[in-house]
Amino acid sequence: MEKFTTLTAIAAPLPMANVDTDKIIPARFLKTIRRSGLGAHLFDALRYDGEGRERPDFVLNQPPYREAKILIAYENFGCGSSREHAPWALLDFGIRAVIAPSFADIFYNNCFKNGILPITLPRDVVETLMEDTRLGANGKLTIDLERQVVIRPSGEEIHFDIDPFRKYLLLNGLDDIGQTLLHEREIAAYETRHGAEMDWLPRITL
Amino acid sequence: MQTPRTLYDKIWDAHVVTTLPDGTALLYIDRHLVHEVTSPQALEGLRVAGRRVRRPDLTIAVADHNGPTSDRRRGIDEPESRLQIETLEANVREFGVPYIPLLDDRQGIVHIIGPEQGLSLPGTTIVCGDSHTSTHGALGALAFGIGTSEVEHVLATQTLLQKRAKNMLIEVSGRLPLGTSAKDLVLTLIGKIGTAGGTGHVIEYAGEAIRALDMAGRMTVCNMSIEAGARAGLIAPDETTFAWIEGRPFAPKGEAWRRAVAQWRALASDPGAHYDKVVRLDASEVAPTVTWGTTPEAVAPITGTVPDPAEEPDPARRAQMERMLAYMGLKPGQKLAEIPIDVVFIGSCTNGRLEDLRAAAAIARGRKVKEGVRALVVPGSGLVKKAAEAEGLDRIFIEAGFEWREPGCSMCLGMNPDKLTPGQRSASTSNRNFEGRQGPGGRTHLVSPAMAAAAAIAGRLTDVREFL
Ligand code: SF4
Repeated sequence: MEKFTTLTAIAAPLPMANVDTDKIIPARFLKTIRRSGLGAHLFDALRYDGEGRERPDFVLNQPPYREAKILIAYENFGCGSSREHAPWALLDFGIRAVIAPSFADIFYNNCFKNGILPITLPRDVVETLMEDTRLGANGKLTIDLERQVVIRPSGEEIHFDIDPFRKYLLLNGLDDIGQTLLHEREIAAYETRHGAEMDWLPRITL
Repeated sequence: MQTPRTLYDKIWDAHVVTTLPDGTALLYIDRHLVHEVTSPQALEGLRVAGRRVRRPDLTIAVADHNGPTSDRRRGIDEPESRLQIETLEANVREFGVPYIPLLDDRQGIVHIIGPEQGLSLPGTTIVCGDSHTSTHGALGALAFGIGTSEVEHVLATQTLLQKRAKNMLIEVSGRLPLGTSAKDLVLTLIGKIGTAGGTGHVIEYAGEAIRALDMAGRMTVCNMSIEAGARAGLIAPDETTFAWIEGRPFAPKGEAWRRAVAQWRALASDPGAHYDKVVRLDASEVAPTVTWGTTPEAVAPITGTVPDPAEEPDPARRAQMERMLAYMGLKPGQKLAEIPIDVVFIGSCTNGRLEDLRAAAAIARGRKVKEGVRALVVPGSGLVKKAAEAEGLDRIFIEAGFEWREPGCSMCLGMNPDKLTPGQRSASTSNRNFEGRQGPGGRTHLVSPAMAAAAAIAGRLTDVREFL
């Protein structure tokens, strides 16, 4: 997984609430057995018309925002299914951070597993950042994860909260499984104890 | 004395392997259900890292999302769907994971077959790479959906890194009126608390109306917890639960059964346990309900009308409503019971159980599907299909002009050939009405099985009470 330290990039505004995962990547594109290649279908219904032509009015089809690495949206971003294809599609397009007043739980978790930083900020702050994005290429935002700040084009710094463990993994590009396997002895001990307590739980064999 | 604990607290506490310094818990997983869409990248990850599946004996795989619901002995035409299923089959062989094949009677939607096989048991932790894993909470299990990286994590370690959720209680008093079902109840609840109402919480459903539900109804309610923003829904196991589980293939037997039931009885939330949020609803206020928009919270009683965005004070919400009405092709003030439909879909992990098919068949019996309407019935599993056929439900549907199909997810998400075409409108017993969910440009109205059958016959959304 790629590390996330600092990022200075164009941010694309998506002023919508309840952006669901079907909107991020429709189900018909989930028939893949790989993680890559989904960026072409990110926001498919918003980005393309019925004939597969780009809709010029959609933000990610407009020149500066095609290069966006940050996405800014309203409440409850990523609601709906648990498909990790949603963060994979964002990542494949180039998005490394999403800023919104709130996120759906599973999507929020999935972001971290893929090196995407979801940042929760109050609605009025999100509005301000959305205004900044109107400056296009002159409105780049900087995200400094170590210091937990978003830096506006004006230089103003906005603090954000993040769970320390997730921050540590993201900063170092570490995978959770490796971290968990450090607890192998505790897992084995638990299995023995739990197996005795729930000795009625059948093993699955077919 | 110990502080009173909720059902969620008890299951959580019993599954914490260790707590990391920042408070994240390593939570042990008792049952891991695997399907073809969200697992290939996880197993590829294991292979690349040279890891194995730690506990294949706590894992089970089934293909459900992609399978065609026409005759499957012919194989799968769609190459990408076929590849996903073949990949799953190769993976289960390589990693030694138990697998229910596509042509096995026990095959079906993962959230239908877990309970049906007795794999989903009270007091256990259950995960699956699918958000509707919340369904299994109806049995008093802590069950939630995970992403593919987490699927890989569970396969490798049999644990998950989790933060404790908050407790939310939804207490439903009274009794559901004639013509309404668990589906109308849960749609009404989502309308009340919103699609983010349960975010960060595990919802425990309690109260007289919940106790009165059969297991199928309880599963319908827990299934849609995710549409209310909660990752998991829970109902304390009781005699209804135990009677339903006893004798199922993977349920404990004999002496083990008695020990299990004794433990399960102690799972109910303690009197005085703390809930961070409490919502109350009187079931007698629930009406046959439909959705009119592209979010499950956009609900109204069938006797109502399409709402008017002009009356919404919040500009962002107003804009969202306008967009929804434009997508749905509806006008403010239009009577819901006058909206014509093209397709009816009865099935999915929300409403694909035998009881759901019975409710729909009771309306369909001796009637005819309106000309020009395509109506599909897709049982949730092979065993549901067989049981329905043994009762003659298939005959009732076929004589009424419904299609009687093979089990699977089908038109719930349109990954197999069962899809809406652009502009087509459906009355669907599934759980999501997002734009394009049932096919690009498709328009979905979520309803109960009885309401769906009534819509098929009337050719429009309609009040099922007129058919009783
Ligand atoms: S029936 Fe629908 S909601 Fe349920 S698992 Fe299948 S696709 Fe998901």
